[in-house]
Amino acid sequence: MSTTSLLLLALCLAFVSFIFGRQKAYAVARAHGGTRALHSLPGHYGLMVGLWCALPALAIIIGWKIFEGPIVSSLLDSSIPQAIHDKGDKAVELYKNEINNLAASGKISEESDAAKVGAANRLNSVRSYSAIALMIFSLAVAVIGAALAYRKIKTDTQARPIVEGIVRFFLVASASIAILTTVGILFSVLFESARFFQQVSIVEFVTGTKWSPQTAIRADQAGSSGSFGAIPLFLGTLLISLIAMLVAVPFGLMSAIYLAEYASPRTRAIVKPLLEILAGIPTVVYGFFAALTVAPLIRKLGESIGLSVSSESALAAGMVMGIMIIPFVSSLSDDVITAVPQAMRDGSSGLGATKSETVRKVVFPAALPGIVGGVLLAASRAIGETMIVVMAAGLAANLTINPLEAVTTVTVQIVTLLTGDQEFDSAKTLAAFALGLMLFITTLILNVIALHVVRKYREQYD
Amino acid sequence: MNDSHQDVFDNIKGTVGDVTVDNPKMRLSNVDVFYGEKQAIFDVSLDIANNEVIAMIGPSGCGKSTFLRCLNRMNDTIPTCKVTGEMSLDGEDLYGPNLDTVLLRARVGMVFQKPNPFAKSIYDNVAYGPRIHGLASNRAELDEIVVGSLQKAGLYDEVKDRLDAPGTSLSGGQQQRLCIARTIAVSPEVILMDEPCSALDPIATAKIEELIDELRQNYAIAIVTHSMQQAARVSQRTAYFHLGKLVEVGSTNHIFTNPSHELTENYITGRFG
Ligand SMILES: Nc1ncnc2c1ncn2[C@@H]1O[C@H](COP(=O)(O)OP(=O)(O)OP(=O)(O)O)[C@@H](O)[C@H]1O
Ligand SMILES: [Mg+2]
Repeated sequence: MSTTSLLLLALCLAFVSFIFGRQKAYAVARAHGGTRALHSLPGHYGLMVGLWCALPALAIIIGWKIFEGPIVSSLLDSSIPQAIHDKGDKAVELYKNEINNLAASGKISEESDAAKVGAANRLNSVRSYSAIALMIFSLAVAVIGAALAYRKIKTDTQARPIVEGIVRFFLVASASIAILTTVGILFSVLFESARFFQQVSIVEFVTGTKWSPQTAIRADQAGSSGSFGAIPLFLGTLLISLIAMLVAVPFGLMSAIYLAEYASPRTRAIVKPLLEILAGIPTVVYGFFAALTVAPLIRKLGESIGLSVSSESALAAGMVMGIMIIPFVSSLSDDVITAVPQAMRDGSSGLGATKSETVRKVVFPAALPGIVGGVLLAASRAIGETMIVVMAAGLAANLTINPLEAVTTVTVQIVTLLTGDQEFDSAKTLAAFALGLMLFITTLILNVIALHVVRKYREQYD
Repeated sequence: MNDSHQDVFDNIKGTVGDVTVDNPKMRLSNVDVFYGEKQAIFDVSLDIANNEVIAMIGPSGCGKSTFLRCLNRMNDTIPTCKVTGEMSLDGEDLYGPNLDTVLLRARVGMVFQKPNPFAKSIYDNVAYGPRIHGLASNRAELDEIVVGSLQKAGLYDEVKDRLDAPGTSLSGGQQQRLCIARTIAVSPEVILMDEPCSALDPIATAKIEELIDELRQNYAIAIVTHSMQQAARVSQRTAYFHLGKLVEVGSTNHIFTNPSHELTENYITGRFG
């Protein structure tokens, strides 16, 4: 029996025990004069029995599956001829793989070497015994668990706290997975960065103004040792994000104010989803829009008034990125503006303020903290954006604040550092982690500020 | 509306008592108000006199707030709301070309049923009206208006050390007084108060009633209240509303001692409402 059907069977059992548990709870209740006599609701008793049935069985199935592999593999070891063992670990691996394939394919033909066939047959029989044992064992545990819990159903059994506790445990476990993943990512980045900083001084990295990570790929190769000054990258990121925000904040805010304060409900119902579509366009599409449409346009415009514009420019990338994040600003701002109580607007118009005075002087300040939160979230989005920059702003790490020149950003460099063939522990590759770490810290700070501001805002109207 | 309601409603035929006065500040005649399909005010006519406090009483949901909001066209801010009838301030049509809502609401101020301070400091809350109407030419004048208004509303002593704290950080009753201060800071000619003391303790209430009495010397005041005692204490005239109709108007003395309409009598003697 396959593991999937075993799991399904266990779940069915759990469901059946749930029904029986609830039945018994009702019966007990009837004997004592109604459900009020029970400590918990009948459903809680049912759930308790169901969980007692499912959880131990599940634990056994999972544990079995984890330990089955190594145990079977060590059993296999004993059937490997000494001659193979003598050839070293790789040969053993290979031999085991062959046996495994043989066992799985089931095509045990004459040509195969008899020892292998024997091992494969033994493997198969061990596996099928294991499966049967698991089935009997886990189902027995499920039934026993359910029976024990079933017997425990009395008027004063505290089923509710047990059920709530188990539910709570699962919720906590799910939340922990997300947190643990973040922590794991953080640590892996931290360790790799530490290795990078053993090769390149942290001072050079943080204060250096020249970025050319071309180190020798192999130790015996001649080549420059590379320079790892991250300032041009961060300046490039800053420049492009700044341009993006200059586009996104005014347009986003004004569309939010229009949507929240002036648009009729019908217009709003049409325009808001349309705006939000902007956020759903893949960034690659924005990227070629920037590279093929906006960048040439800017260059032509610039040349017609006598400016030299490079074909890849921070301006093109920044502008398109700005358009991309308009919905972040407008949607969040629209939400906080609509959340400003109508009574506040009434108070203002009741004092003889015009609509625009009310919007500017009462609604906007009241919504400001929330708007700031939205803008900061949009900013961290802009800082992390890669695709548009690769396509429209180039790869050249120029130290410049001229928006008409090509620049590059931190994320783009991370991508170029990690693509292609190189030794994993070269300074060039490790630099990507150091950049990632710094970027992570930057956006983390931004997000913390944003969350803080948003929270402060929430407290205001309670 | 169930049957007995319907009967009561049908039996209210016109208004008992004289709805007009000799020195009207505002004059409303044949006002109907609809929220969408639903009519909330039925053919109400009423004058608001100069130097007078008129109390509006009646069971919850009878349309007092709705009627009050007609007086400064606040109902215009509700999209579904439609107001018909003739309304004038000093003989000028409320919907006429010379009296747009901005000007009207500067002259007819309103204290709302629920306190609604702005998300600004206490000072800026009160200074808001004077600022948008340019009532003060410098900071000292503005300070004077703000402090004066807070004092009149009986709030100054409690907040004088924290004028820059957010208005939303005040207690409910303090917020209510802040909103009163905010309204009188623009020196309106008519003040509409929708249950201004509903969240106040007796001491603060007494202060507000004192203020109302004082304001009456120069202004006209319409106050909605659920407290019979308060209506009797502060007002000269009383209007009794029921199911969207104006049942009876008369001098406060008359209404509370010898009401002519059965519904009014039932209400003030506490038989319902
Ligand atoms: N914005 C609105 N939309 C729809 N109906 C409304 C609205 N405001 C009030 N109403 C209805 O109009 C009627 C009168 O309401 P109004 O607020 O004027 O009553 P009120 O006399 O002030 O009551 P209370 O003493 O409880 O404040 C009620 O039936 C109410 O349901
Ligand atoms: Mg009301």
